[in-house]
Amino acid sequence: MSEEKGLIYRISGPVVTAVGITPRMYEVVRVGDEGLMGEVIELHGDQSVIQVYEETSGIKPGEPVVRTGQTLSVQLGPGLLTQIYDGIQRPLEDLEETMGAFITRGVDADGLDLKKKWEFNATASKGDEVNAGHVIGTVQETETIEHRVMVPPGKSGTIKSIKSGKFDVTQTVCTLDDGTEIAMMQEWPVRTPRPFVRKYAPDVPLITGQRILDFLFPLAKGGTAGIPGPFGSGKTVTQQQLAKWSDAQIVVYIGCGERGNEMTEVLTEFPHLIDPHTGKPLMNRTTMIANTSNMPVAAREASVYTGITIAEYFRDMGYDVALMADSTSRWAEAMREISSRLEEMPGEEGYPAYLSSRLAEFYERAGRVQTLAGDDGSVSVIGAVSPPGGDISEPVSQGTLRIVKVFWGLDAGLARQRHFPAINWLSSYSLYPQALDQWYRDNIASDFPEIRTEISALLQVEAELQEIVQLVGSDALPIDQQLTLEVARMIREFFLQQNAFHDVDTYSNLKLQYTMARAILAFQDEAKKAIAGGADLESVVNVQARTDIMRGRFEEGYEDRIEKLVKEMGKQISATMEEN
Amino acid sequence: MSGKEYRTITDVKGPLVFLNKTEPVAYGEIVQLRLSDGTMKNGQVLDTSDDQVIVQVFEGTSSVDRQTGVKFLGDVFRLPVSKDLVGRILDGAGRPRDGGPAIVPDEMADIIGAAINPYSRESPESFIQTGISAIDACTSLVRGQKLPIFSAAGLPHNDIALQIARQAKLVGSDDDFVVVFCAMGITAEEYNFFVHDLERTGALENSALFVNLADDPAVERLITPRLALTAAEYLAFEHDYHVLVIYTDMTNYCESLRQIGAAREEVPGRRGYPGYMYTDLAMLYERAGLVKGKKGSITQFPILTMPGDDITHPIPDLSGYITEGQIVISRELHQKGIYPPINVLPSLSRLMNAGIGDGKTREDHKSVSDQLYAAYAQGKELRGLVAIVGEDALNERDLQLLKFADIFENEFLRQSRDEDRSIGEGTLDLAWNLLTNIDTKYLVRLDQKWIDKYHPTEKKE
Repeated sequence: MSEEKGLIYRISGPVVTAVGITPRMYEVVRVGDEGLMGEVIELHGDQSVIQVYEETSGIKPGEPVVRTGQTLSVQLGPGLLTQIYDGIQRPLEDLEETMGAFITRGVDADGLDLKKKWEFNATASKGDEVNAGHVIGTVQETETIEHRVMVPPGKSGTIKSIKSGKFDVTQTVCTLDDGTEIAMMQEWPVRTPRPFVRKYAPDVPLITGQRILDFLFPLAKGGTAGIPGPFGSGKTVTQQQLAKWSDAQIVVYIGCGERGNEMTEVLTEFPHLIDPHTGKPLMNRTTMIANTSNMPVAAREASVYTGITIAEYFRDMGYDVALMADSTSRWAEAMREISSRLEEMPGEEGYPAYLSSRLAEFYERAGRVQTLAGDDGSVSVIGAVSPPGGDISEPVSQGTLRIVKVFWGLDAGLARQRHFPAINWLSSYSLYPQALDQWYRDNIASDFPEIRTEISALLQVEAELQEIVQLVGSDALPIDQQLTLEVARMIREFFLQQNAFHDVDTYSNLKLQYTMARAILAFQDEAKKAIAGGADLESVVNVQARTDIMRGRFEEGYEDRIEKLVKEMGKQISATMEEN
Repeated sequence: MSGKEYRTITDVKGPLVFLNKTEPVAYGEIVQLRLSDGTMKNGQVLDTSDDQVIVQVFEGTSSVDRQTGVKFLGDVFRLPVSKDLVGRILDGAGRPRDGGPAIVPDEMADIIGAAINPYSRESPESFIQTGISAIDACTSLVRGQKLPIFSAAGLPHNDIALQIARQAKLVGSDDDFVVVFCAMGITAEEYNFFVHDLERTGALENSALFVNLADDPAVERLITPRLALTAAEYLAFEHDYHVLVIYTDMTNYCESLRQIGAAREEVPGRRGYPGYMYTDLAMLYERAGLVKGKKGSITQFPILTMPGDDITHPIPDLSGYITEGQIVISRELHQKGIYPPINVLPSLSRLMNAGIGDGKTREDHKSVSDQLYAAYAQGKELRGLVAIVGEDALNERDLQLLKFADIFENEFLRQSRDEDRSIGEGTLDLAWNLLTNIDTKYLVRLDQKWIDKYHPTEKKE
């Protein structure tokens, strides 16, 4: 590509207009004497409008603009895991080395370490017919994750030569008969979804260890979920819990326009956390993208694409990937900011008219697919939404809700009562249970769906009763309804509340969740019997074994004890009949 | 740079000056305007192209005419920084206001400030004791945090900010805080209140003040906090100070932002505030923190008054999404005569968990805080119910919680303006004493082991 040079005509914040070049849409260009990275987002007569990924102050009209001929791409290969990138895949660790603790500009950094040698094990051999997406070899990238080196999309042929050994990511490890050389690294434009054969209907749950999510509002592998909530309602904690505990093999965490200290917390905490599924540090399966709120806004816009492209790449290897984007509202605001600099006609609340189609395109990149190699892989996307004032009638929330299949609605009122996770059980929903029920019956318990229905029904009844209580007080209710209130309180305080910061309570496996739900229903049954037999509600509720069941969830080995405690509770409740 | 002086102004609109120019001018460059009567004004380039330059004038555009000379200084806005900033009072544009000599700079620092690489940050986890129970117990502050005070007109947020500035200390350390105080559009009266208090307590010589008052140019407010933060960064990261930045009032800052946006005919976001207000605020708030390998720290206390006491207004709303929690001042408590009228229910400190517990404050802190919170929240909710059905309809548990809400407000929240409670004996023990008003069987948020150890009447020793 011959270098075509133009000149800067105008600068307004992150938006720069150039003349004298004829780039393609979304082509990457170098702006100014410092060669800042930018992307063409509008063509207008002989003017090209560029969003610049770095701070633009001090740049003057008349400085050069150079075409690169490429669209914004990420480097994919061994070395992605355990990394933390900014929005355009520059490793933050490298940036620290070159510019110190504060991010200045004009520094390029490769997404992958091009010098590091990896042990490549060829799994295909000479003479094999390979197509795009076929795995030709593996690299043990981290202790737990085997990186599968694939034939890049668009290439195929018969292997002429392939060799195992130590290579860096750019060295050729395999040659095809037409002369195509394949290295461990491939590049892919972030705004284009990576190819696959077909999408499956999701029928396996993504298990998160969070009781309210797994039990009441489950997400399927390859599914999409939105978490809207006002500030302080626990979006970030919920996202981090999912990143820590979900049973995906790979986690991509995008901190998009969020707090710097929060990302640091994730960075310092993750290396010390142990993955309950593998027993190895969680960082081994994680890639992070951090474009904090004060980092350049155009790079924030790009960050979600960078993240999802990396997620798709691991999906293509046959892995289940979970992607968390915190927060998609900041991404939407970045679009709004750029759009207003372009003086585009705004849609609702100043957001560009293409907001909802961009959101849809992004979530549509999720899914459980048959990969080009014929394996199963999935990308589940969980997007946090930060609606202004907590009012979800705004465009980003609404645009998200139209697409996602799971809605975990965070509630400021619950957060104020320190009910965490503050997910409102009345307004939240999941469209997956039907598709997943068979899996629960086969793997957890045959009556799992029925128990779930019973628990949600109780919560629904409670909500109705509470309306009456608001008017007349709970003492005015008949005793069976008072009991229902107690049972519902138990569901809320014992089951739905879960302490993310408690070593034991932070994760409950599905079996335990099921047992806990059964314990609540057992209490209800026993209590009904006892009350019919003349016991008073107060003493039934206060039996020691029930308190032990409720407090016990914070203790190690609870799983082994709970069944016994439930039996004990039954005895103690029956005994209350005799007291009277 | 000597630079040419242009007399090519075409339009003047609000605080903006549009001119045709002949040479390339950099985005963000500093501009000097010389009026026909010799007055000098300063500005900054907001938009630049081959044909036209838009300059935002800090002092306002009154008396600017087509003959006004405009000079581009070839550099972005910089603040002369040195250790001598401590003890000085500067105006909103960084010039001495105390009659003292000009600052002899060690360095000319770019006031926009670069983003701290998240990888280079250190997690804030040193508890700051403010001596105010409501904050220390329920919304604990840590060094490097940004914790705004959400207040409203007529509430004592200034007293609280000053009490924090006076009492803030790290438990078990002699390190003092240097206060950088940034006033944006506050009245002379409020300003005097701050200065007198700082003088009275001898804190003034440990402070640097940047002052833009209500009658100072509104557009200048857009740079005042940037100057203050630049000074803070220099003191913290070059001279190892622990800096406490108090800025008031963020609402005035945002008004100025809206003014510029309107003058540029930008597409407005919510309530006329510019769509980039989130990013703009983030560029201030995110300058709090700790950096690996540096001893100093920046802790921020922005004060903002919520228009119409509305927490969903864009200013508190966007702030809340960036800052690490908020301290909410309540008119209801204030009217009950309770100082400090901090409503702990909507208040929050996101970094609290990292800063409290064994070895930092006390092992039972988290449990106690959760329990206080839950009990007070339920008690307050019951007040609404009692107003309808009367106390008779309540059961024993509810009655206890109802009473507890009053006790909590009167004995826990309430303290005097110079009462400095220590976290252990002062605050947490007090909390335990008040919790004896509730039967332990209702205290479900407390681990049994803390009840055994700390409960005044039920502990096992």
